[in-house]
Order: sequence, then C-alpha cells, then structure tokens
Amino acid sequence: MILLHTTGRILRQLRHDRRTVAMLVAVPTLLLTLLYFMYQESEFVFDRIALIMLGVFPFVIMFLITSIAMLRERTTGTLERLLTTPLRKTDLLFGYGLAFGLAAALQAAVAAALAYLLLDLDTRGAAGYVILIAVANAVLGMALGLLASAFAKTEFQAVQFMPVIAVPQLLLCGLFVPRDAMAGWLQAVSDALPLTYAVEALQEVGAHAEPTGTMWRDFAIVAGAVVVALVAAAGTLRRRTP
Amino acid sequence: MTSAIEVADLVVHRGARPVLHGLSCTIPEGSVTGLLGPSGSGKTTLMRAIVGVQVVRSGTVTVLGHPAGDAKLRQRIGYLTQAPSVYADLTVRENARYFAALYGLGAAEADAAVRDVGLADAAGQLVGNLSGGQRSRASLACAIVSKPKVLILDEPTVGQDPVLRDELWAQFRGLAEAGSTLVVSSHVMDEANRCDRLLLIREGSLIADDTPAAVKAAAGTDDLDQAFLTLIRRRETAVPAPRSGGADSEVPA
Repeated sequence: MILLHTTGRILRQLRHDRRTVAMLVAVPTLLLTLLYFMYQESEFVFDRIALIMLGVFPFVIMFLITSIAMLRERTTGTLERLLTTPLRKTDLLFGYGLAFGLAAALQAAVAAALAYLLLDLDTRGAAGYVILIAVANAVLGMALGLLASAFAKTEFQAVQFMPVIAVPQLLLCGLFVPRDAMAGWLQAVSDALPLTYAVEALQEVGAHAEPTGTMWRDFAIVAGAVVVALVAAAGTLRRRTP
Repeated sequence: MTSAIEVADLVVHRGARPVLHGLSCTIPEGSVTGLLGPSGSGKTTLMRAIVGVQVVRSGTVTVLGHPAGDAKLRQRIGYLTQAPSVYADLTVRENARYFAALYGLGAAEADAAVRDVGLADAAGQLVGNLSGGQRSRASLACAIVSKPKVLILDEPTVGQDPVLRDELWAQFRGLAEAGSTLVVSSHVMDEANRCDRLLLIREGSLIADDTPAAVKAAAGTDDLDQAFLTLIRRRETAVPAPRSGGADSEVPA
C-alpha cells in the first residue's frame, strides 16, 4: 500500500513538472524523425538504428531523471525523513520503479507509434515486444540511476554519471561495431554490460516474426540486472548517517 | 512520572570532531522539553540520535522502551528537521497526504494537519512557491500528521510571525496534553518559558536540566538569557581545566 502511495507521489511530482513530461514524450519522437531524414536513402539502415534507439532512449532518459530525483531526495532531507517513517526501503525503490516504468511505457508507446505508423519502421516481430523491451530498458536505467545517485553529492556530479555509465554501454552494445568484429577483451566487456542484451533482444524482434528463445533469455538478463542494481541501491539507503 | 526518552553517556563524533561528550538526560512522558543552546552546540545531533538517524560512538538512547531507531518506533515518532524536508514540486496538501499515507492515515487527517499549522489557505500551492516560514510549516504538518507519541522538532518556529508562533506553541501544548512527548529546539529564550523542562546545552555538554523556574532560581535571575550566561560562567570558574568529558554533575536534580 505504501508502495502504491509512493508511486502516486512520484507521478504527482512529475505531473507538476509539465515541461519534463512534454520532453519525455516529445524528445524521442523528434530524434527518431531526425534519424528518418538522415537515412532517407537507405531504409534498411533506418530500420536497424531506429529499432535500437527505441530501446536506448528510455534507458538514457530514465537514468538521468532518476539519478537527479533520488539525489534531490538525499539532499533535501526527504530521504532521511522517509526512513524514519514506517516506509520500507523496498517501498521506495519499487515505488520509483513502478512510477518511472509507467512513464517509460507511455514514452515508448508514443515513440513506437510514430516510428511504425509515420516513419515506416519495419520489424519482423510485433511492436508490442519492442515496447516491452523498451520498458525493461527504462527500468534498468532507473535502477542504475538510483544506484549512481548514491555516489553523487551534487547535481553536476549526477549528470556526469550519464556519460560514465550509459555511453560505454551504448558504444559497446554492437550498434557501432558488430560485436563479432570487436577485439576479444572488448567483447568480454560488452558481455558484462546489460544494455548489450537489451540491444540483442531488440535485434531478435527485428529479425524474427515470433519471439525467440534468445530474446527471452536476453530479456531475463536485463531483468536480472535490474534486480542486482536495486539490491545494490537498497544497500546505499542508510537509516543512520554520520 | 515515566520517562519517554532516556539518554545515557551519549558520545557522538561528526567527522573527526566530537559533538556530544557523554551526555545523559531523561525526558518525561507527556511533556514539552525545550532544547536550548547556541548554534553548533549539539542540539541537532542530540535530536538525530533520539530519532535514530545518527551514528553514535558510544552510549545508549532509549525511546518508549526501545533502542532509538528501532523499527517498532517508526509508527510512533515524528521528526521535523531544521531545513524543511518536504517535496518542493508537490502542493502542501499532496505532501501532507503522502506522509499521512505512510502511517496508514487518510486525507482527513492530512487536511487537519495542514489546518493545524495555519496553511489551509495555501493547501493547493506548490511548496516550492511558498515563503520560508510557510515551507517550514508545511514540513511541520507532515511531522504532526500522525499525532506521534514522540515528536522531535528542530527549530519549528524560526521565521514565523509572533501570532503564528503563539498558535504553534498552543498546538504543541495540546499534543503534550494528549499524551505526546515533545522535544523542541530553539535559540529564542522567550520560547523556553513555555516549556515544562529545559535542557541547556553548550559545546556538547548539558549545562542545566530542569524546569524553567528552577533554572532561573538556580542562577538567581528572572531572565533566562541571563540565567544561561550565569550558569556557563559559574561552570567555567568551577571547572578551569578543559572539558572533562561532559560531567554534568552540577545539574540541579
């Protein structure tokens, strides 16, 4: 019950910030439109990149939003106060997960609708799976953002965790250089990064009409990474501080 | 008279700096205790230790028979931090309703708390748009919403208009009469006269622990500011050596 009230509170905070909501919905669609015009001559390339971007945008945006939101909880004292109330740490963490998961579902649904209906994105598999994976990515970004916020003292520091945590995953996920063509040690690093599996799952949806075993396995790995990040984040929520 | 809070030989360091040096005190149930002392004397640290959010080096803090910070206490303790800790991007009402929900309470209790702190007219405003005093009261509403058995208030009346301050003290009194135990920090001495008991704290040690009348009588003055000064001077001449680790031997019984 406290969990749902916490989710409601976080969504209410978002609702009061209309510009953030507008950007959440509009920015991915604008960037997809930009990609569409960039690759107008080669439809195949657009299909490949736009599909992956549908999964990457929610990851990056939710990482940023959550790390700032959680940093604010820490710096304004609301976190300390919450931890003196009957709220459990899991209420807070899953409250964030649910709230930003819902926001991500809206974001992914709008972006996917635009991509499929107006920009002629073509995938073998159904759009529903793309949205499902996009939401899983958003929740992954959220969980890593909660964790990263523990290591930032200011908002300046928090935003800089984005290039530290998101960009290497993006570079090594197989979008820029196929994973087979990477040096062995880079492949090993790539194997250890959760976004790699999210991208592979999206590629599976792009290439196969029905969901494949690889897609489900990758989805499970992303979900597992979310749980690991949330458990680690729970460890950073201290009821007693020096 | 049973005690709600017992602090025994509490030692707290923040960083390398010792803040409380073996402080002991007992706070009776159903009373308003004023915690007075200059900025940096250790008032907030003592309050944090009572709430159970402060890492302590040694000593014990017992609240309602449980160690401070015990999970059983979370339903029964309220804490107002010095800087308002409410969500600036929510309205006053939304803040109060969220904190009420954490205690399993509904909108009616939340709205009553907002009225009690005199913010009924501003209930629909975002906390971020309020004045400092209003923001502090929004935070207070979230602390009193559950009518906790133990209420720790860190400078609840700073920056409030005198009429409102009077009303807030009437609220505190009402809560104590209903059985709550309040610890209220302040550095305004005229507020001290409204308390049942006073804890005067300076440089992490207790200077006095008694009723306002007894503190004044002990110092031989009618003015609390003057009494505080006299007690400090008397202590300094009595104990010329550097602090002997919080010996509060001269606390009047």
